Amino acid sequence: MSLWEYANPVKFLSFSGKIVPWFAAGAALFIAVGLYWGYFLTPDDYKQGSTVKIIYLHVPAALIAINAWFMMLVASLIWLIRRHHVSALAARAAAPIGIVMTLITLITGALWGQPMWGTWWAWDPRLTSFLILFLFYLGYVALWAAIDNPDTAADLTSVLCMVGSIFAVMSRYAVLFWNQGLHQGASLSLDKEKNVADVFYQPLLMSITGFVLLFVALVLIGTRTEIRIRRASALLARERG
Amino acid sequence: MPDLGKYAFAVLGSYAAGLALLAILVIWMVLRNTAARKRLEQIEGARDGQN
Repeated sequence: MSLWEYANPVKFLSFSGKIVPWFAAGAALFIAVGLYWGYFLTPDDYKQGSTVKIIYLHVPAALIAINAWFMMLVASLIWLIRRHHVSALAARAAAPIGIVMTLITLITGALWGQPMWGTWWAWDPRLTSFLILFLFYLGYVALWAAIDNPDTAADLTSVLCMVGSIFAVMSRYAVLFWNQGLHQGASLSLDKEKNVADVFYQPLLMSITGFVLLFVALVLIGTRTEIRIRRASALLARERG
Repeated sequence: MPDLGKYAFAVLGSYAAGLALLAILVIWMVLRNTAARKRLEQIEGARDGQN
Protein backbone atom coordinates (compact mmCIF):
# COMPACT_ATOMS: atom_id res chain seq x y z
CA MET A 1 0.00 0.00 0.00
CA SER A 2 1.34 3.41 -0.97
CA LEU A 3 0.92 6.67 0.93
CA TRP A 4 -0.18 8.26 -2.35
CA GLU A 5 -3.39 6.19 -2.31
CA TYR A 6 -4.67 8.63 0.33
CA ALA A 7 -4.36 11.41 -2.21
CA ASN A 8 -7.61 9.99 -3.53
CA PRO A 9 -10.33 12.09 -1.79
CA VAL A 10 -12.71 9.14 -1.35
CA LYS A 11 -10.02 6.99 0.28
CA PHE A 12 -8.88 9.94 2.39
CA LEU A 13 -12.42 10.58 3.67
CA SER A 14 -12.89 6.92 4.51
CA PHE A 15 -9.52 6.50 6.26
CA SER A 16 -9.53 9.84 8.10
CA GLY A 17 -13.08 9.25 9.37
CA LYS A 18 -11.81 6.21 11.22
CA ILE A 19 -8.73 7.76 12.82
CA VAL A 20 -10.00 11.26 13.75
CA PRO A 21 -11.85 10.08 16.91
CA TRP A 22 -8.68 8.39 18.20
CA PHE A 23 -6.54 11.47 17.66
CA ALA A 24 -9.24 13.70 19.21
CA ALA A 25 -9.58 11.46 22.27
CA GLY A 26 -5.79 11.26 22.68
CA ALA A 27 -5.52 15.05 22.36
CA ALA A 28 -8.20 15.66 25.01
CA LEU A 29 -6.58 13.19 27.39
CA PHE A 30 -2.98 14.41 27.03
CA ILE A 31 -3.89 18.12 27.14
CA ALA A 32 -6.12 17.63 30.20
CA VAL A 33 -3.47 15.61 32.07
CA GLY A 34 -0.60 17.89 31.00
CA LEU A 35 -2.37 21.09 32.02
CA TYR A 36 -3.74 19.66 35.27
CA TRP A 37 -0.32 18.26 36.21
CA GLY A 38 1.44 21.48 35.27
CA TYR A 39 -1.04 23.84 36.89
CA PHE A 40 -1.87 22.01 40.11
CA LEU A 41 1.01 19.62 40.83
CA THR A 42 4.22 21.49 39.99
CA PRO A 43 6.04 23.97 42.26
CA ASP A 44 6.81 27.60 41.48
CA ASP A 45 10.09 28.35 39.75
CA TYR A 46 12.74 29.93 41.99
CA LYS A 47 13.17 32.83 39.54
CA GLN A 48 9.87 33.14 37.70
CA GLY A 49 7.50 32.20 40.50
CA SER A 50 4.08 30.92 39.46
CA THR A 51 4.40 32.38 35.93
CA VAL A 52 6.26 29.19 35.00
CA LYS A 53 2.82 27.56 34.72
CA ILE A 54 2.29 29.51 31.49
CA ILE A 55 4.91 27.27 29.85
CA TYR A 56 2.37 24.43 29.47
CA LEU A 57 0.35 26.51 27.01
CA HIS A 58 2.97 28.84 25.57
CA VAL A 59 5.60 26.32 24.44
CA PRO A 60 3.23 23.71 22.89
CA ALA A 61 1.32 26.46 21.04
CA ALA A 62 4.58 27.97 19.76
CA LEU A 63 5.83 24.57 18.64
CA ILE A 64 2.64 23.90 16.68
CA ALA A 65 2.58 27.45 15.27
CA ILE A 66 6.02 26.95 13.71
CA ASN A 67 5.62 23.33 12.65
CA ALA A 68 2.16 23.86 11.16
CA TRP A 69 3.85 26.14 8.64
CA PHE A 70 6.39 23.42 7.82
CA MET A 71 3.57 20.92 7.36
CA MET A 72 1.92 23.43 5.01
CA LEU A 73 5.23 23.79 3.16
CA VAL A 74 5.55 20.02 2.62
CA ALA A 75 1.90 19.77 1.52
CA SER A 76 2.37 22.75 -0.82
CA LEU A 77 5.47 21.18 -2.39
CA ILE A 78 3.54 17.94 -2.93
CA TRP A 79 0.82 19.96 -4.66
CA LEU A 80 3.31 21.80 -6.87
CA ILE A 81 5.20 18.64 -7.83
CA ARG A 82 2.50 15.95 -7.96
CA ARG A 83 -0.72 18.00 -8.24
CA HIS A 84 -2.57 16.06 -5.54
CA HIS A 85 -5.58 18.16 -4.55
CA VAL A 86 -5.83 16.64 -1.08
CA SER A 87 -2.36 17.93 -0.19
CA ALA A 88 -3.26 21.49 -1.24
CA LEU A 89 -6.46 21.26 0.80
CA ALA A 90 -4.56 19.89 3.81
CA ALA A 91 -2.26 22.93 3.64
CA ARG A 92 -5.31 25.20 3.52
CA ALA A 93 -6.88 23.36 6.47
CA ALA A 94 -3.76 23.82 8.62
CA ALA A 95 -3.64 27.61 8.26
CA PRO A 96 -6.47 28.57 10.69
CA ILE A 97 -4.93 26.24 13.28
CA GLY A 98 -1.59 27.99 12.77
CA ILE A 99 -3.27 31.38 13.22
CA VAL A 100 -4.82 30.38 16.54
CA MET A 101 -1.61 28.76 17.81
CA THR A 102 0.43 31.84 16.88
CA LEU A 103 -2.15 34.05 18.60
CA ILE A 104 -2.04 31.91 21.77
CA THR A 105 1.76 32.13 21.72
CA LEU A 106 1.74 35.92 21.33
CA ILE A 107 -0.93 36.50 24.01
CA THR A 108 0.54 34.13 26.60
CA GLY A 109 4.00 35.48 25.78
CA ALA A 110 2.86 39.05 26.42
CA LEU A 111 1.16 38.07 29.69
CA TRP A 112 4.32 36.21 30.74
CA GLY A 113 6.66 38.94 29.54
CA GLN A 114 5.02 41.80 31.42
CA PRO A 115 5.88 40.62 34.95
CA MET A 116 9.23 39.08 33.93
CA TRP A 117 10.64 41.70 31.54
CA GLY A 118 8.55 44.69 32.63
CA THR A 119 6.96 45.03 29.18
CA TRP A 120 4.15 43.39 27.21
CA TRP A 121 6.07 43.60 23.98
CA ALA A 122 9.60 44.21 22.72
CA TRP A 123 10.95 44.24 19.16
CA ASP A 124 13.01 41.22 20.09
CA PRO A 125 14.09 38.91 17.20
CA ARG A 126 11.93 35.98 18.30
CA LEU A 127 8.85 38.06 19.13
CA THR A 128 9.12 40.04 15.92
CA SER A 129 9.61 36.97 13.72
CA PHE A 130 6.58 35.40 15.40
CA LEU A 131 4.49 38.47 14.67
CA ILE A 132 5.58 38.33 11.01
CA LEU A 133 4.72 34.62 10.93
CA PHE A 134 1.24 35.53 12.24
CA LEU A 135 0.84 38.09 9.45
CA PHE A 136 1.95 35.47 6.89
CA TYR A 137 -0.73 33.10 8.19
CA LEU A 138 -3.37 35.84 7.76
CA GLY A 139 -2.07 36.62 4.27
CA TYR A 140 -2.12 32.92 3.33
CA VAL A 141 -5.79 32.54 4.37
CA ALA A 142 -6.72 35.81 2.64
CA LEU A 143 -5.01 34.70 -0.59
CA TRP A 144 -6.94 31.41 -0.65
CA ALA A 145 -10.19 33.35 -0.14
CA ALA A 146 -9.39 35.99 -2.75
CA ILE A 147 -8.90 33.70 -5.78
CA ASP A 148 -11.87 31.95 -7.38
CA ASN A 149 -9.97 29.31 -9.35
CA PRO A 150 -8.93 26.69 -6.76
CA ASP A 151 -5.89 25.46 -8.70
CA THR A 152 -4.56 29.00 -9.18
CA ALA A 153 -5.20 29.69 -5.48
CA ALA A 154 -3.30 26.52 -4.54
CA ASP A 155 -0.37 27.51 -6.80
CA LEU A 156 -0.08 31.05 -5.43
CA THR A 157 -0.55 30.09 -1.79
CA SER A 158 2.14 27.41 -2.23
CA VAL A 159 4.57 30.08 -3.40
CA LEU A 160 3.58 32.30 -0.46
CA CYS A 161 4.13 29.34 1.85
CA MET A 162 7.69 28.90 0.56
CA VAL A 163 8.45 32.58 1.13
CA GLY A 164 6.92 32.51 4.62
CA SER A 165 9.06 29.52 5.56
CA ILE A 166 11.95 31.93 6.05
CA PHE A 167 10.06 33.50 8.96
CA ALA A 168 9.01 30.12 10.33
CA VAL A 169 12.71 29.18 10.45
CA MET A 170 13.55 32.56 11.99
CA SER A 171 10.84 32.09 14.63
CA ARG A 172 12.50 28.85 15.64
CA TYR A 173 16.14 29.91 15.47
CA ALA A 174 16.00 33.68 16.06
CA VAL A 175 17.27 33.21 19.61
CA LEU A 176 20.41 31.62 18.16
CA PHE A 177 20.98 34.19 15.39
CA TRP A 178 20.87 37.24 17.69
CA ASN A 179 21.88 37.54 21.30
CA GLN A 180 20.47 40.96 22.02
CA GLY A 181 16.85 39.82 22.46
CA LEU A 182 14.90 39.52 25.71
CA HIS A 183 13.61 36.04 24.93
CA GLN A 184 15.64 33.20 26.41
CA GLY A 185 17.00 30.27 24.40
CA ALA A 186 14.86 27.35 23.25
CA SER A 187 13.13 25.50 26.10
CA LEU A 188 13.33 22.24 24.18
CA SER A 189 16.02 21.03 21.83
CA LEU A 190 17.08 17.79 20.21
CA ASP A 191 20.60 18.04 21.61
CA LYS A 192 21.51 16.72 25.05
CA GLU A 193 21.35 20.08 26.77
CA LYS A 194 18.22 20.40 28.84
CA ASN A 195 16.96 23.87 29.73
CA VAL A 196 13.91 22.86 31.76
CA ALA A 197 14.01 20.93 35.06
CA ASP A 198 12.37 17.49 35.10
CA VAL A 199 9.58 18.61 37.40
CA PHE A 200 8.41 21.04 34.69
CA TYR A 201 9.62 19.01 31.71
CA GLN A 202 7.41 15.93 32.20
CA PRO A 203 4.02 17.71 32.26
CA LEU A 204 5.30 19.91 29.44
CA LEU A 205 5.91 16.81 27.30
CA MET A 206 2.37 15.62 28.07
CA SER A 207 0.94 18.95 26.99
CA ILE A 208 3.07 19.02 23.82
CA THR A 209 1.91 15.50 22.92
CA GLY A 210 -1.69 16.63 23.38
CA PHE A 211 -1.19 19.68 21.16
CA VAL A 212 0.43 17.56 18.43
CA LEU A 213 -2.49 15.09 18.52
CA LEU A 214 -4.96 18.00 18.46
CA PHE A 215 -3.19 19.49 15.46
CA VAL A 216 -3.38 16.20 13.54
CA ALA A 217 -7.07 15.73 14.43
CA LEU A 218 -7.94 19.30 13.39
CA VAL A 219 -5.98 19.10 10.12
CA LEU A 220 -7.82 15.89 9.25
CA ILE A 221 -11.20 17.46 10.10
CA GLY A 222 -10.32 20.61 8.17
CA THR A 223 -9.16 18.65 5.13
CA ARG A 224 -12.39 16.62 5.17
CA THR A 225 -14.32 19.92 5.25
CA GLU A 226 -12.36 21.37 2.32
CA ILE A 227 -12.83 18.19 0.24
CA ARG A 228 -16.60 18.32 0.83
CA ILE A 229 -16.82 22.02 -0.01
CA ARG A 230 -14.80 21.43 -3.21
CA ARG A 231 -17.00 18.46 -4.19
CA ALA A 232 -20.21 20.44 -3.54
CA SER A 233 -18.91 23.35 -5.66
CA ALA A 234 -17.97 20.96 -8.48
CA LEU A 235 -21.41 19.32 -8.47
CA LEU A 236 -23.20 22.68 -8.49
CA ALA A 237 -20.96 23.93 -11.32
CA ARG A 238 -21.69 20.76 -13.33
CA GLU A 239 -25.46 21.25 -12.85
CA ARG A 240 -25.26 24.86 -13.99
CA GLY A 241 -23.02 24.01 -16.93
CA MET B 1 -5.70 25.57 44.38
CA PRO B 2 -2.14 26.80 43.92
CA ASP B 3 -1.32 30.21 45.34
CA LEU B 4 -0.35 32.28 42.30
CA GLY B 5 0.54 35.34 44.38
CA LYS B 6 1.20 38.57 42.52
CA TYR B 7 1.30 36.73 39.18
CA ALA B 8 -2.34 35.56 39.34
CA PHE B 9 -3.44 37.88 36.51
CA ALA B 10 -0.66 36.69 34.17
CA VAL B 11 -1.22 32.99 34.84
CA LEU B 12 -5.02 32.99 34.93
CA GLY B 13 -5.19 35.37 31.97
CA SER B 14 -2.94 33.06 29.94
CA TYR B 15 -5.01 29.99 30.74
CA ALA B 16 -8.32 31.79 30.10
CA ALA B 17 -7.17 33.24 26.77
CA GLY B 18 -5.40 30.06 25.62
CA LEU B 19 -8.22 27.67 26.48
CA ALA B 20 -10.89 30.01 25.10
CA LEU B 21 -9.06 30.30 21.77
CA LEU B 22 -8.57 26.51 21.61
CA ALA B 23 -12.27 25.94 22.34
CA ILE B 24 -13.35 28.45 19.68
CA LEU B 25 -11.03 26.80 17.11
CA VAL B 26 -12.30 23.28 17.83
CA ILE B 27 -15.99 24.29 17.85
CA TRP B 28 -15.62 26.35 14.65
CA MET B 29 -13.87 23.52 12.79
CA VAL B 30 -16.37 20.87 13.89
CA LEU B 31 -19.41 23.05 13.04
CA ARG B 32 -17.92 23.97 9.65
CA ASN B 33 -17.30 20.29 8.89
CA THR B 34 -20.85 19.34 9.88
CA ALA B 35 -22.29 22.11 7.68
CA ALA B 36 -20.13 21.03 4.71
CA ARG B 37 -21.17 17.39 5.13
CA LYS B 38 -24.89 18.25 5.30
CA ARG B 39 -24.65 20.55 2.27
CA LEU B 40 -22.89 17.90 0.20
CA GLU B 41 -25.43 15.26 1.23
CA GLN B 42 -28.22 17.65 0.24
CA ILE B 43 -26.70 18.32 -3.20
CA GLU B 44 -25.96 14.64 -3.82
CA GLY B 45 -29.48 13.70 -2.64
CA ALA B 46 -31.08 16.21 -5.03
CA ARG B 47 -28.85 14.95 -7.85
CA ASP B 48 -29.75 11.30 -7.18
CA GLY B 49 -33.44 12.27 -7.17
CA GLN B 50 -33.11 13.77 -10.64
CA ASN B 51 -31.42 10.65 -12.09
